[in-house]
Amino acid sequence: MAKLRFRRLDQHSPAFWGVIGLQVFLLALGLGAALYMEEHGHAVTGMSNQIVWGLPHVFAVFLIVAASGALNVASISSVFGRPAYKPYARLSGILAVALLAGGLAVLVLDLGRPERIFVAMTTYNFKSIFAWNIYLYSGFMLIVGAYLFAMMDRRASQSAMLGKTMGWIAFAWRLILTTGTGSIFGFLAAREAYDSAIMAPLFIAASFLYGLAFTVLVLATTGRELGHELMPKEIAEKFRGLLSIFALSLLYFTIVHHLTKLYASGHQGVEVFLLRDGGVYPLVFWLGQIACGTLLPLGLLALARDSVTVRRLLPLVSVLFLLGGLAQLYVIIIGGQAYPLKLFPGMEVSSSFFDGTVASYRPSLPELLLGLGGISLAALLTTLALRLMPFLPELQTARE
Amino acid sequence: MRRSAATALGSVLLVALAAASAMPAAAESGWLAPHPPKGKGEHCVADTAFMRRNHMNMLLRHRTEAVRLGVRTQQYDLNGCVNCHAVAGPDGKPVSFDSPQHFCRSCHSYAAVSIDCFECHPSRPEETGKTAAVRPADREVAAIGQYLRDIGR
Amino acid sequence: MSAGPQTAQPLADRRALLRGAGGFLATLLAPGVTLYAFGAQGSPSEGPASSKVRWALLIDIGKCPPGCDLCVTACREENGWRDTGRPDIDAQWIRKVKLRDAQSGEHREVPVMCQHCDKPACVDVCPTGASFKRADGIVLVDKHICIGCRFCMMACPYKARSFVHEPLTDQKPWAPRGKGTVEGCTLCVHRLDSARLPACVETCADKGGGAMMFGDLNDPNSDIAKAIAKYPPSQIRSDLGLEPAVRYRNL
Repeated sequence: MAKLRFRRLDQHSPAFWGVIGLQVFLLALGLGAALYMEEHGHAVTGMSNQIVWGLPHVFAVFLIVAASGALNVASISSVFGRPAYKPYARLSGILAVALLAGGLAVLVLDLGRPERIFVAMTTYNFKSIFAWNIYLYSGFMLIVGAYLFAMMDRRASQSAMLGKTMGWIAFAWRLILTTGTGSIFGFLAAREAYDSAIMAPLFIAASFLYGLAFTVLVLATTGRELGHELMPKEIAEKFRGLLSIFALSLLYFTIVHHLTKLYASGHQGVEVFLLRDGGVYPLVFWLGQIACGTLLPLGLLALARDSVTVRRLLPLVSVLFLLGGLAQLYVIIIGGQAYPLKLFPGMEVSSSFFDGTVASYRPSLPELLLGLGGISLAALLTTLALRLMPFLPELQTARE
Repeated sequence: MRRSAATALGSVLLVALAAASAMPAAAESGWLAPHPPKGKGEHCVADTAFMRRNHMNMLLRHRTEAVRLGVRTQQYDLNGCVNCHAVAGPDGKPVSFDSPQHFCRSCHSYAAVSIDCFECHPSRPEETGKTAAVRPADREVAAIGQYLRDIGR
Repeated sequence: MSAGPQTAQPLADRRALLRGAGGFLATLLAPGVTLYAFGAQGSPSEGPASSKVRWALLIDIGKCPPGCDLCVTACREENGWRDTGRPDIDAQWIRKVKLRDAQSGEHREVPVMCQHCDKPACVDVCPTGASFKRADGIVLVDKHICIGCRFCMMACPYKARSFVHEPLTDQKPWAPRGKGTVEGCTLCVHRLDSARLPACVETCADKGGGAMMFGDLNDPNSDIAKAIAKYPPSQIRSDLGLEPAVRYRNL
């Protein structure tokens, strides 16, 4: 087998600089929004005592879940021993780190007291799943860093044992991390929309999908930048298969989650709210997550006639899957909070604190800018890394 | 080339030495040092030199004791510090932490060490007469009650 | 007052006289201090809160008149949170929840605040440990280390906690509160630590329906322990197994 070669992203078109400029601008806006929120308090956002986690958390959880999934391609090559994916392993690793950094930045900047992040990093309540997540996220950065070192360092990469060991550790860690992220919601017994063990596997399925979608997008854009395809036809076909399976498994978990809750008559209220009566939430669920985010891209992938069409469609379906992911998290995180807590089952309640009423939430501009800033941060970190070190595969163009 | 470099270095050293020797004199005369205003009456916690070096650790310890353990003492009550160290502004009323004249600001602004105590704690003494803080009278009343119960047993 | 040795026979009379006079004096000196509410732990010590005590609240809904919100006003006055015209983000440490039975149409009002659970969900989920349970059972937020993540607000089934959405000034010195941290009912811990009753209990007893009883659950001689032993009260969402210290009668 030909030796794998890697290259840096060293060719830049004017469009490239335009996009970089846009990302820097969005990142600046995001940081400005964070400063504005910290200065004036969360009163300037749409979040309230009823909807305590808003758009920033949707983006943050989205990026964090995608980060653990982005490591997948590397895992398939080393853990599952598929050499076809090996050229993409390095990119997969660095993309995972960049996406995680973007998500964490949004999460930390939305805190009520972001300057106390050092308190959060030194004072732990080990019964808290949130505290465990902090360890999992920082550990992920270190482990993926070590994994990349094992792949990229001249001497370390010669040891197949080291590569496989690091691959296994990274894979296991990333599964625990996504389980932890899902459990942030799954462990909450108070909220009817959560409180379910299935949140963890649902998030794992989501991570597979979002991570691969981001990987495909990066490969498509950098390929265009370099002037030649980074996804040969065989790989495009493999990605088509993977994306389809991941999307179907996510759909499966979503269906099981909702069906189980619908079955128990106690939880029917929240399900009817999210799926039919809740106004914006059913709309985002059916139109955003199911139609545009799952069925449409699946249909496009299934009906594509040949590999060239598949390859051309991959960026579009990836964007659709990612938008569907945002929609899914919007319904889970915000819809789950909008439904009122049932303090007095069987009674109609009202109070000055919005007991018994569906909470309203209007996303505000600072929240949106902060969320988009997180994506921009991830994009800029990825581009910088690709520019500085050889992460991108140098493919044999003769095989095209 | 070497001579001008040596001259430059020498003059820099001379200026630094002069400045260093002037520092203590400047501090005493108040030119470079912070000027925290004097509190009312005698110190009730510890002497000034001790407080200057250790008030941060004291505050960290006593805030944990007060909140987490419920150990509330009059001596270490933050409101006591605020009351005694209140500085009157131009209108005669105590200034808040926003004003550079505030007792804590006088050193903390100088040292550029930001503190967040007064984001939650009021930085001015409260109006007299309304307090729920530890009151000696309550302790005496409760002690009477305890005595009565004791002799009843 | 000295506790010297006394002879047996006139002792009973003298004690009775002293008790009567002392009680009268105590009532004059410090209105609102209920000596016997504090049971075995009488005087406020400068020592730590003790786990021998478990503070609890018993609220009789039958004595809670609809339309009365004296407890809410008292808590506002005492702790400094107020209505700034934005009910969605204003802090509310205690509120009256109006209930209507869907089947019978009967109306009731229930004061709901932090339930000070024995197994608090908010304490479990707090990443820094800022949400904690004090030795005597009161669940508090240590605002010195709260990072404002609001996870405790997500976890609380009673919607007990509020987030401070705006910069605050002129807080009450005994109830510090600030932007970016989470807060909730403290059972007036600053009052408890100087042997006084929570503001809501005191006001309800003085001017309201007398619906609130406060005391030490661990002291079998306390009024609250005896009341609970006589007719077990109910708890909100007892199915969650959090064992709140706030109990309700006639719910």
